[in-house]
Amino acid sequence: MENKKTDKGGSNRRNFLKLGFMSSVSAVAGASLLSNFSIQDEEVVESGEKLRLLTPDGKIVEVDATNVNKYPEAHITPEESRKGIPNRKFVMVIDLAKCKNARKCVEGCQKGHNLDYNEEFMKIQLLQDNPESSPYWLPKPCFHCDEPPCVTVCPTGATFKRDDGIVLIDSERCIGCKFCVTSCPYSARIFNWGAKAKFDDKSQPYSPETSLPASKGTVMKCDFCPDLLRQGKLPYCASSCPMGVIYFGDKNEDIVTNGTETVSFSKLIRERGGYRHLEHLGTKPNVYYLPAVNRQFPLDRGFDVAPDIIDRYKDVPYVQDLKNLGKI
Amino acid sequence: MNLENRKRELAIEFSPLLEKTTTVSKIWIATLVLIILVGLYAFIVQFTQGQIVTGMRDNAVWGIYTVNFIFFVCLSYSGAFISGILHFIHTPWKNSVSRMVEIITVLSLIIGPIYIILCMARLDRLLYLFMYPRIQSPITWDIIAVMTDLIGCFIYLFLTFIPDFAILRDNSENAPKWRQKMYKYFAIGYQDTPKQRIKLHKITRTMSAMIIAMAIIAYSVLAWVFSLTLQPGWDSSIFGPYFIVAGLYTGIAVIIIVMYLIRKYYHLESYIRKVHFSGAGIILLVLSLLYGYFTFSEYFTRWFSHKLYDTNLLNTLFTRYFWMFVFANYIGVLVPIVILFFNKLRNIKSITFAAVIAIVGLWFNRYLIVIPTLETPYIPIQDTREEFIHYTATWVEWSLSLAGVAAFILFFILLMKLVPIIPMSGIIDHERGQAKRKKSIK
Repeated sequence: MENKKTDKGGSNRRNFLKLGFMSSVSAVAGASLLSNFSIQDEEVVESGEKLRLLTPDGKIVEVDATNVNKYPEAHITPEESRKGIPNRKFVMVIDLAKCKNARKCVEGCQKGHNLDYNEEFMKIQLLQDNPESSPYWLPKPCFHCDEPPCVTVCPTGATFKRDDGIVLIDSERCIGCKFCVTSCPYSARIFNWGAKAKFDDKSQPYSPETSLPASKGTVMKCDFCPDLLRQGKLPYCASSCPMGVIYFGDKNEDIVTNGTETVSFSKLIRERGGYRHLEHLGTKPNVYYLPAVNRQFPLDRGFDVAPDIIDRYKDVPYVQDLKNLGKI
Repeated sequence: MNLENRKRELAIEFSPLLEKTTTVSKIWIATLVLIILVGLYAFIVQFTQGQIVTGMRDNAVWGIYTVNFIFFVCLSYSGAFISGILHFIHTPWKNSVSRMVEIITVLSLIIGPIYIILCMARLDRLLYLFMYPRIQSPITWDIIAVMTDLIGCFIYLFLTFIPDFAILRDNSENAPKWRQKMYKYFAIGYQDTPKQRIKLHKITRTMSAMIIAMAIIAYSVLAWVFSLTLQPGWDSSIFGPYFIVAGLYTGIAVIIIVMYLIRKYYHLESYIRKVHFSGAGIILLVLSLLYGYFTFSEYFTRWFSHKLYDTNLLNTLFTRYFWMFVFANYIGVLVPIVILFFNKLRNIKSITFAAVIAIVGLWFNRYLIVIPTLETPYIPIQDTREEFIHYTATWVEWSLSLAGVAAFILFFILLMKLVPIIPMSGIIDHERGQAKRKKSIK
């Protein structure tokens, strides 16, 4: 199949992508990162795997892979987080044919962003476009639009669009007017209505890139995990999906990966009929969907979840039919 | 005619209004203060615990605070509009209502923005609006417009107060010291010389033209806060003019109610006559026809073209909000039309009744614009938590809403203690005009 063909070049491309992400880490973290390398090198047993990194002054250096992960992540301040990762244009492709509502993306995201049970940056909708068509599971993150209505209406610039395509929130700037929530046609945003104990967690300084810690009376949403991207990792949702539904990558490099296979973004969209949700609104999302054709799982596998989750979909005609038949 | 004597006469005539406080009005004031105190308590609860104490949640992120905001601000714009127009018309009866309209304008423009502030979850960061302003946000436009309008209306109100302050300054020897001092201060040396009079008239005229323009701009901007989004119920090109007409509709209705109450409780039957009610009634009739027409156009086009998301919205309106829709858009429009259309049905009480129906209907119309739209987003709400699916206002929101109405009435009563509700200078101007005319006829 198509997937296998693209898989061949997969590992090379993945390394390339990784290298690309790495170079941006070093660019931001700067000299301090490199000086840390030299101190820790003495006590570390080398793994033998070498990584090439780009230093701020343009030199390529080779370091041992074990060193890279040991270094404390560079803290990205709200000011720095407005710039974005240089030369990147992040894009996500969600393959609806593979989704079976396993909710691992939701859980992975919640864990990574310290969210409560009902707080979901990634929501899974059950949509049925018309009575004849088959319903399908739609994992819905923030679409990080190129014409983001939320950014336009924000009166203080708390929500902003970065050069790398990510729409981010600086919750220290947010005044809680919620105009962005009303202007988002995809209901991507959630709001912190009251105080919670986790907001007081000061173990790490606030960064818009981690969306942590959140604060009372401000808005939150899916952030495409820029902190992970800087480390060359995939966002939580993409890495926790067991089916490889979520591809993530760089439009400039024309590469997306779901962690196991790496494919050409443009080819994938072209050949699989990729589309964007509610295209007619003109918001130009950066999240693409591959239609739910030739599904790997029957839709009903998605009902293998907690009863309260099933209850969310009670208004979908298909679910009502199933209920009438006594199948749920 | 002795001008000074006439001024004294008027000052004496109106002095009971300013100085005496009846038991009834004491009870009123106490009740209103109590309602405001409950509102303040609700505010403290919301400020300390956050908006979790309101009925707002992730889908319906705006609630009755926003409805009240539109309602009060639209009241004030229409007040500005009407008083600006009144200034250009030379009729004897305008004098009795012009000050009421001006007070309505300024009070509602003070109370309205409080609701948008209540709608913000981080009041401690209110200054960020000025520290990090972004000019492309309609909220920034709204802030600029509301503040300009507020300043403009204050200047205008003050200009119309000056001659009366001057009269009171010269004729209140028996009043307490602080009152005398205050009148002297606010009269800013106005002696009613012909030169001063002409100057003041000119400035007031310019200001009244400006506040008409400001009212139109500011209210359009408020309508755009909604219509510039992509939401199915809001994304409408007629919202600007629709809001302005709706605003005038409430404005006239509130004026009628205020006239009725003042006439009744302050015994000003000789100044506020039936001619005022039937005049305002006719304007209310015209506006209710216009408002009904706009409402019909708005929903008819949505229904006829039956785009999917518009249909979803109409389904919400005609199921969950059926009775509210009927009340707001049928009863709230048709009942005033029927009452005001037939000459036989028009009397002071029925006109006031029509005005009450119009106001309550319009408040619900605003509710139906804000909340059902938020409950019917593009991507269907798939949630199990009832409060996240449907909005229901909590006691905090209701008590703050009532506190706003109470504050409006209370400030109105207190302002009426400061200057007579019927402008004395207006009466004198009118009489002077009549005397001149008589002379020229002779």
